[in-house]
Amino acid sequence: MAKNKTRLVVIGNGMAGIRTIEELLKMSHEEFDITVFGAEPQPNYNRILLSPVLSGEMSFQDTVLNDWSWYTENNITLHTGKLVTKIDRQRCVVETDDGLSVPYDRLLIATGSNPIVLPVPGASLPGVIAYRSIDDVEKMLALAQDKTKTGKRAVVIGGGLLGLEAANGLSLQGMEVDVVHLCEWPMERQLDKAGGDLLKKALEKRGLKFYLARQTESILGEDKVNGLRFKDGEEIAADLVVMAVGIRPNIALAKSAGIHCERGIVVNDTMQTYDPKIYSVGECVQHRGQTYGLVAPLFEQAKVAANHLAEYGRMRYEGSSVSTKLKVTGIDLFSAGDFNPTEGDEELLLQDAARGVYKKLVLRDNKIRGAVMYGDTVDGPWYFQMLRDGTDVSEMREHILFGQSHLGDAGRGGAASVANMADTAEICGCNGVCKGAIVKAIVDKKLFTLEEVRAHTKASSSCGSCTGLVESILANTLGGDYSTKTSKKSICVCTDATHEEIRVAIPSQSLKTLPELMQALNWKTPDGCPKCRPALNFYLLSAWPAEYQDDNASRYINERVHANIQKDGTYSVIPRIWGGVTSPSELRSIADIADKYQVPTVKITGGQRIDLLGVTKENLPKMWGDLVAAGFVSGHAYGKSLRTVKTCVGSEWCRFGTQDSTGLGIKVEKMTWGSWTPHKFKIAVSGCPRNCAEATIKDFGVVCVDSGYEIHVGGNGGIKVRVTDFLCKVSTEEEVMEYCGAFMQVYREEAHYLDRTAPWIERVGLAYVKQRVVEDAAGRAELYARFLESQRYSQDDPWKERAEGKDAHEYAALATIE
Amino acid sequence: MNWIQVGNLNDIPRQGSRIVNTATGEIALFRSVDDQVFALNNRCPHKGGPLSQGIVHGKRVTCPLHSWQIDLETGSAIAPDVGCAHKHDVKVEGGILFLDIKVEA
Repeated sequence: MAKNKTRLVVIGNGMAGIRTIEELLKMSHEEFDITVFGAEPQPNYNRILLSPVLSGEMSFQDTVLNDWSWYTENNITLHTGKLVTKIDRQRCVVETDDGLSVPYDRLLIATGSNPIVLPVPGASLPGVIAYRSIDDVEKMLALAQDKTKTGKRAVVIGGGLLGLEAANGLSLQGMEVDVVHLCEWPMERQLDKAGGDLLKKALEKRGLKFYLARQTESILGEDKVNGLRFKDGEEIAADLVVMAVGIRPNIALAKSAGIHCERGIVVNDTMQTYDPKIYSVGECVQHRGQTYGLVAPLFEQAKVAANHLAEYGRMRYEGSSVSTKLKVTGIDLFSAGDFNPTEGDEELLLQDAARGVYKKLVLRDNKIRGAVMYGDTVDGPWYFQMLRDGTDVSEMREHILFGQSHLGDAGRGGAASVANMADTAEICGCNGVCKGAIVKAIVDKKLFTLEEVRAHTKASSSCGSCTGLVESILANTLGGDYSTKTSKKSICVCTDATHEEIRVAIPSQSLKTLPELMQALNWKTPDGCPKCRPALNFYLLSAWPAEYQDDNASRYINERVHANIQKDGTYSVIPRIWGGVTSPSELRSIADIADKYQVPTVKITGGQRIDLLGVTKENLPKMWGDLVAAGFVSGHAYGKSLRTVKTCVGSEWCRFGTQDSTGLGIKVEKMTWGSWTPHKFKIAVSGCPRNCAEATIKDFGVVCVDSGYEIHVGGNGGIKVRVTDFLCKVSTEEEVMEYCGAFMQVYREEAHYLDRTAPWIERVGLAYVKQRVVEDAAGRAELYARFLESQRYSQDDPWKERAEGKDAHEYAALATIE
Repeated sequence: MNWIQVGNLNDIPRQGSRIVNTATGEIALFRSVDDQVFALNNRCPHKGGPLSQGIVHGKRVTCPLHSWQIDLETGSAIAPDVGCAHKHDVKVEGGILFLDIKVEA
């Protein structure tokens, strides 16, 4: 059957080419006959880790991504040390320097880039080395470790990312290192002058010597290099010269085959070149005028190219925003986006020379355009996320430079640099995973992504509050390129579609069932997974409240059986207690029912209700029947839905109360109960600014004042304590109801499934929420109307229905065998 | 082989599960989206969670307690998790379910 397979030839055995093959194998295992050509004699290794190899922190073996057996196991023909000299596009054949010719149906060019060699006299002398391949590193190491000579001197030309990493590595190998750079400060493409000066100082402390704003005139030496002369005539001695002045896309082969090239091989959004049979990925590519030299974009390209090679034909590469991190142990530096302000930009600066901290954000229209950080880079990924999301930061301007911890990250505020943490420091409190275990898994199992770390160590796989720390550990262990999330994140592994794309597709393509939705968006699995199915079910329910038939099989167990599963498989039952107000007769009923079903534990909850714990599943419908008869409805304590409306006693009893907070709370709860939301939703109403109902850590909080009602949104009292943002002040109870319904509706229509209001507001910005709910009165009225409309279909008590026999199969055994 | 009749295929919802009580504990019967039926002990190899309460997807079930994924055909946990839920034989004939309980070794 081999004849029917598509013959895929890959030129380039590096990270981008091989990643594309890996993505392809994940999608369609059998259909390709793959041949790979690599110019270097090694299997695919991690070029990013050359610096740790040079500095002696890693061995070459640690950097191998795919060893020889991987190629064999996947039936890939590998030719290493062979140079492809010709692509015959007429006959669809590639030819090599030793006379081999291999036909292709599809060709992938992943030839990467070449180091730029300065055209100065002496550039070809022995001892002048580029910094690009493991071969270069080995040459440098041989020279540095040569015991026959002491006091060896290296000159690195180029003070960019690569140059500094090379200089640092050589210095750690015991050489005296000078860095020559054309600009006035190092890393000018990633840092502004202030940041660059700090970096220079730190590197000088480690023994590097800088020659800045200097131009090399020639490299000196007879049969091997012995020095270097600047344009101004000064000469310095050198036993080794490393040229790290930049890279240039390697397009010679493509060009000779007549494939359209500019700076790089020009590709469209599907990574296809001007020849439809030929695709290209990696550093050799020019996409929308941009070339890329970092790993994260290359991996995104690989994913897209694989998708099209496998003829799924769905994904587009739309370019990447990139962030950079210098891989020099002990130096924290982060930069992203456009950080040199131009006209119309604003600049936020924090400079603390004594602590060696420098942070700069460049804003335009209240959105982050660029960030430079030195010394304290903990918040780099956060700024970068907001940069890519286009978050409006006007509400956090005052504090933004102090980092996320100053915006309510009380749980993790002290977690400064993970680099300084001991291996025994616990990172994931839920699963008891220490830093050392995570680092070990990353290194031993060659993990790249947060998902992989979660799968292998369980770290950050439960509550997720340590996600940022785990990402920092990834960044610190592997270099920053890996940790960056792709700019487009699919909802789960079953699909390439994002939350937004799904939410847009549902109304625009009028998709009304799960199978329709999965088919329309090319789901790769037959029926989804536990991540996507509950999300899709919610999105459909939120889009079509009147029509959609809820899919029970796509609900997490708690929502399916309307009770909370406990560790022993029993359930807890929490009846709704409106506004937390109850009565002797209600309490008597609850006591009787607890007795009747021998409830082992009765507990007052944090939401002013009563929890009956330890109920067996088959008893649930009977118990609900008794509760319903006593006048109770479900408390939805188990759902991604309105939980409670917590209140204080208010003006009816309290000597400080300004309004009837209890009465208002009950009204709000009667309006909102039964509503499904992207995540759980909590409300509170406090009768005065003493705020006994703790309204300022709820999703929607009302604080009564003498002149009316203050409305607060986006609070959270859980994993990460976050105080609400003040939304507005209104003067009547009716207005409170309208703002509450409108806010819940916009959250429910637009947030990602499993986003609480706090992260949602941080993503879209409070200004946006204000605009939708406060400033646009007509829009608010429409949101409110839609909220009330969908409530018409969701306020049937699920307990009553089930006590009457709905879903009876859920609660009874199929059979009993003696 | 000792096939015991335990009910009808349609008693189990698609992408759902029902349990059978036995002298040695609960057995969970799962029905996949394409109507295949599988039987495993109703205990996750991780911390004993009731697998019958999990979400069924493809030929897997995800435990409701800590989201371990279990292969319905073999009972094995999906890597990198390690462990196995004991498996029983089950067949459907004319829409009727038959279970053959395998004693755990």
